Amino acid sequence: MKYTQDHEWLRVEGDLVVVGITEHAATQLGDVVFVELPEVETMVASGDEVVVIESVKAASDILAPVEGEIVAVNAKLADNPGLVNEDPTGDAWFFKMKVDDLAVLDEFMDEDEYNEMIA
Amino acid sequence: MTDLKRTVLYDLHLRLGAKMVPFAGYDMPVQYPLGVLKEHLHTRAAAGLFDVSHMGQVILRPRSGRLADAAAALETLVPVDVLGLKEGRQRYAMFTSPDGGILDDLMVTNRGDHLFVVVNAACKEPDIAHMRAHLAGACEVEEIADRALIALQGPAAESVLERLAPGAAVMRFMDVAVLGWQRTELWVSRSGYTGEDGFEISVADDRAAALAEALLADPAVQPVGLGARDSLRLEAGLCLYGHDIDTGTSPLEGALDWAIQKSRRAGGVRAGGFPGAARILAELAEGPHRQRVGLRPEGRAPMREGTALFAASEGGEAVGHVTSGGFGPSLEAPIAMGYLPSPLCARGTTVYGEVRGKRLPATVTDLPFRPTTYKR
Repeated sequence: MKYTQDHEWLRVEGDLVVVGITEHAATQLGDVVFVELPEVETMVASGDEVVVIESVKAASDILAPVEGEIVAVNAKLADNPGLVNEDPTGDAWFFKMKVDDLAVLDEFMDEDEYNEMIA
Repeated sequence: MTDLKRTVLYDLHLRLGAKMVPFAGYDMPVQYPLGVLKEHLHTRAAAGLFDVSHMGQVILRPRSGRLADAAAALETLVPVDVLGLKEGRQRYAMFTSPDGGILDDLMVTNRGDHLFVVVNAACKEPDIAHMRAHLAGACEVEEIADRALIALQGPAAESVLERLAPGAAVMRFMDVAVLGWQRTELWVSRSGYTGEDGFEISVADDRAAALAEALLADPAVQPVGLGARDSLRLEAGLCLYGHDIDTGTSPLEGALDWAIQKSRRAGGVRAGGFPGAARILAELAEGPHRQRVGLRPEGRAPMREGTALFAASEGGEAVGHVTSGGFGPSLEAPIAMGYLPSPLCARGTTVYGEVRGKRLPATVTDLPFRPTTYKR
């Protein structure tokens, strides 16, 4: 598992990158009440706003961590946004991306580095 | 943020694990470990305890000794029937400005030999100055700076408070009474800001933490922060001063005409005689040009404060905006309040809120969004 400065986790699944938000981020956001997911087969650049999350407090964006194509989205979140708080690092993944080269993940933090950042 | 004030329950909030935020100059709990959603739902299911000690508590004591003199004086500042308010009863009111805007909203209580007024935290200093400037001839204006204010709201509030302070259960909505608890005098009103049955309890500062802990010892009671206080009042269709109403909105625009009793309207026994009467009486007769309405967005996307509202799905200028909006946990849906031109205010009208560049439909709805459960 890799981590971004924006509190996203990235997990490799075959040749895909699965993206979600960390438990720390979910706790900070508060109870999530709305998730707007991107269309599949969308090409995105690193830093593009691809997901909108609204909690009881405010709206926030989830950014594409790397360049690539969105190939799957977690439709369960649209009906059950609360899943983001219940299981942020498991069932509540947001989208899966196809990237040219998985080596792009090397630049991101590992778990120890991420824990140090939020400490 | 070093100069934030603290209520006497500050240490208790920290002990309960509250997340504190600045609000109206105070360091206040926005949520406890339960979280906004569950705190909201718990209040509707059992009882929530809120620290509202940041609000202003003021006594208006008539110099003549006759309460009617204080009531008549206060009537010069509010479009509300204060003289007709019976002893032991509370009423909603608002200070109006000469151009018919709202300076603040407040609760007024007749406590026999004096009036007791509760005003918003953010406005309390200007409110007290306003009362001193205009009422000093008739009343002493005493700010009560040594009492906390605790709200206990929800269906279990009655039984919880009755066990500690007998006499609570026989009160009806908007009744006030002095109840005893452990040789401490509690000034209790059966009212609140959640749409639920419940109480607001004024208690001496040095007894407030003990009272809060005694209430929290009941398994039905959970502490509730400002986050859920906001979603609860929004579901109840209640205004937040500075957002849904302010100096730029009249009571009629704010859909608060129910708070202006007959005696203060045209043809009433004490018609007019409050700031902004010309405009407010004209709007009572002819209707305001715009009004605060409830909005139910379609889908799940909340329409937050500031969302521009349009009459059509494409084209045209904005016709209004959202003044409070979010997710209603008890309705499991987004809800909002906002201002629209009167022709668009009819229930069932579809308008469009611009959310992230897209115009999303919303339906004009009666307020409150959720029926209130006051014990009338």
